[in-house]
Amino acid sequence: MTYLAKPKFHHPNLPKNDLGYTHRDYEGTVSTLCAGCGHDSITAAIIQACFELSIEPHRVAKISGIGCSSKTPTYFLGNSHGFNSVHGRMPSVLTGANLANRDLIYLGVSGDGDSASIGFGQFAHALRRGVNMTYIVENNGVYGLTKGQFSATADRGSKSKRGVVNTDNSIDLAAIALQLGASFVARSFSGDKQQLVPIIKAAIAHKGAAFIDIISPCVAFNNHAGSTKSFDFVREHNEAVNRLDVISSRMPIEVKYDPGTVEIVEQHDGSTIALRKLDADYQVHDRAAAHGFLQHHAAKGQIVTGLLYVEKDADDLHAHLHTVDTPLNALNEKELCPGQAALDKFNASMR
Amino acid sequence: MKSTDISDPQYFHKVVDCQYACPAHTPVPEYIRMIAAGRYGDAYMVNWKSNVFPGILGRTCDRPCEPACRRVRVEEEPVAICRLKRVAADFKEDVTARMPKPAQRRNGKRIALVGGGPASLTVARDLAPLGYSVTVFDGDKKAGGMIRTQIPKFRLPDSVIDEETNYVLDLGVDFRGGQRIESMKALLAEGWDAIFVGTGAPRGRDLDLPGRKEAAANIHIGIDWLSSVSFGHITKIGRRVIVLGGGNTAMDCCRSSRRLGGDEVQVVVRSGFDEMKASPWEKEDAQHEGIPIHNFLVPKEFTHDNGKLTGVVFEKVKAEFDAKGRRKLVNAGEPDQHFPCDDVLVAVGQENAFPWIERDAGIDFDEWNMPKVDTVTFQSSNRKVFFGGDAAFGPKNIIWAVAHGHEAAVSIDKMLNGEDIADRPMPAVEVMSQKMGIHEWSYDNEIDLDKRYKVPHRDLGIALKDIKSEVELGFDVELALKEASRCLNCDVQTVFSAPLCIECDACVDICPMDCITFTQNGEEAELRTRLTAPALNLTQDLYAQDGLKTGRAMIKDEDVCLHCGLCAERCPTGAWDMQKVLLEITHAGNSCRPPRRSAA
Repeated sequence: MTYLAKPKFHHPNLPKNDLGYTHRDYEGTVSTLCAGCGHDSITAAIIQACFELSIEPHRVAKISGIGCSSKTPTYFLGNSHGFNSVHGRMPSVLTGANLANRDLIYLGVSGDGDSASIGFGQFAHALRRGVNMTYIVENNGVYGLTKGQFSATADRGSKSKRGVVNTDNSIDLAAIALQLGASFVARSFSGDKQQLVPIIKAAIAHKGAAFIDIISPCVAFNNHAGSTKSFDFVREHNEAVNRLDVISSRMPIEVKYDPGTVEIVEQHDGSTIALRKLDADYQVHDRAAAHGFLQHHAAKGQIVTGLLYVEKDADDLHAHLHTVDTPLNALNEKELCPGQAALDKFNASMR
Repeated sequence: MKSTDISDPQYFHKVVDCQYACPAHTPVPEYIRMIAAGRYGDAYMVNWKSNVFPGILGRTCDRPCEPACRRVRVEEEPVAICRLKRVAADFKEDVTARMPKPAQRRNGKRIALVGGGPASLTVARDLAPLGYSVTVFDGDKKAGGMIRTQIPKFRLPDSVIDEETNYVLDLGVDFRGGQRIESMKALLAEGWDAIFVGTGAPRGRDLDLPGRKEAAANIHIGIDWLSSVSFGHITKIGRRVIVLGGGNTAMDCCRSSRRLGGDEVQVVVRSGFDEMKASPWEKEDAQHEGIPIHNFLVPKEFTHDNGKLTGVVFEKVKAEFDAKGRRKLVNAGEPDQHFPCDDVLVAVGQENAFPWIERDAGIDFDEWNMPKVDTVTFQSSNRKVFFGGDAAFGPKNIIWAVAHGHEAAVSIDKMLNGEDIADRPMPAVEVMSQKMGIHEWSYDNEIDLDKRYKVPHRDLGIALKDIKSEVELGFDVELALKEASRCLNCDVQTVFSAPLCIECDACVDICPMDCITFTQNGEEAELRTRLTAPALNLTQDLYAQDGLKTGRAMIKDEDVCLHCGLCAERCPTGAWDMQKVLLEITHAGNSCRPPRRSAA
């Protein structure tokens, strides 16, 4: 925890994005999490991603639940909309906000306790419905705020800081997100921003439910030998299937790749993901194969990271519901109450 | 890049930009912290040990430290280091009891110092307490040299000069005021163990133009004129005055003239305004007193009528640059301009003059008639004779004279102890972690965003009436605290330990200046381009440490680091620590003795 605010001074040569902002303009207040917390690195990655995408801060709504992870929206995008909801209830609050105003970019920030325990049902339904959002789980495998009990994502057989071995089976949120029909599923690591930042950018650009499981070591309670969510363990067992470059629609594709090593994925907003394959056999559009791949590697104790699955031509909840293009909160009284004649016509259609 | 060797005192010394730029290497952040804490006496003594004349330099220093200040790179204006030094002098308690005592026992060595200016007095200060019998000769009655004769009293009152020269003379120094040394040969014959020449650059350059002889009564050499004003021999000048020259002496001349009856004082310089040698703040002060500065005018002729000066004719020039980028002033193609005036002050430079050193006295001179002096030891070709200050390498500033004095004193002390004077002592370095608790440091690490504070000035109407009335009033305690808070504490260093690092990126994320990068190591030039923020300032070092678990290296660009300590606060393992690295130049005395080889 730091008491001092980050000084306003910044590097004289900081690059500016298309809006004329530096990455410093995407910061929030200073973090009060423990020194070295993986969540702070995720915060920095979100800041970098939004900066690189030249997102206008007032076009973003960041919504969270309760927990260390859910504190983090305070630390980024200080000029965006925010809602710190009840424990585990981020998905329903976000769904409501999204239905009311489909024009905003929705960042749902949650943790393993918030999403895999108390909010497990909420997590499932938001993904199942295809709410257009970036659902980030800052996954450290412990309850940090209550001093380090195992969470539902702690691997069976891993050791707590006090030496107790976890006997419960773990929930693999990425695997479940695949099963639930999320149209974008990725896993990354807070200690690898080169992988994480492009994944967040691609997720934000994705139309539909984009889920990212980010392993984020808890330096205070889960960074010891025997933990499977420590910096050392994740680095040693990281099995990255691909690396991403996100190329915005405004930029011509200039990067040259060796043929056969790169797959270009078009996104609905016109941007492109260049996927550099690290595992030649990995099929990023095959949900069932991705599922198998995850299980197969999890059994070997490996942590699969990268963009695990992306659905071509994905859609979102608004498309399923056939809502109008204008955000519902922008409709005026006349549009919402078209009068007796319209009501009569509607009633007649129901008879 | 190899891992940086931080045990080399030069590495962190360079990070403390102000101290590194100061010729005497005064530990600036150390004394600024003391000022902020209200410890003015302590701040004064830190200064006194290092630069001997804190009160004088706090008013007159050329401040090489300030353009170097990191604050310039971070925002715009440096910390007002010089004027904070004056604060220490102004508000200190009585420090006489803290001064060294005159030596109880003399060591039998006799040293003659020629000239009683800053260089000689520094040598005296360093050597007298060690037991050397030090005698200072000066043509003037009182000590101080150019400090007393050439700097106007409205910038530096006599009381400050008296106080600080007396701290030196009270160390048992034999001061022979009014005794000008006329012959080096005679002095050498007196059998001194060492002689130090600190006679300055006492000759003002003249302008040999048509009309110079005829109008001589109203054409004065700047530094001679200032000296006569200083001693009260001159109390008036004509109503219209032209000052020729663009250095600090010219600024002193014009501002003095303003106070002695010159209602229309103008400065005329050959070069452009921006290329003038005068310090920017001195130019500002002159302009503030209603003195216009005309540039690109080369004096051609003094006009006169019946032996009375009537004005100066100037040729208008412009700057042209040749293929090699050298500047040449060429005729601008405009008609010559005539500036009518009653008096002219010529302040176009100073020269060394050694009429009293016989050329067969065993001291070699070079083709420019300057003594051949070693740039490190300050020894001349006669091993017993040393030079320092302006006398050694031509006109510079007081702080350079002090630095020369310290080094010459080391040489004399070593020579008279039978040591090799080329073997220079290492600086003393003290390293201390500043960590007090998780978020507590023993220095104020909160970064102050305030802009530089202005020193209050006396009302112009009053200031111009009395040549002895000091113009600058100095910071009061409250302003001093605010200005001191702007210091970034660059001597509190970020020290990194690779074995402790878990590469969590917390320091990278929190650093407000994007100074820190964890990346694959490489050649420095290439590394500089791919850091979190490109390190384009090549004068500033990269701090590299390899040996991390992932095989990467930690690279920190020292350039704009705020020394805020947030990297260390956010570090979960203590891999970053904030350590004060206090470096002090070793002066003459026991600490400059070479280390003895132990018997075992």
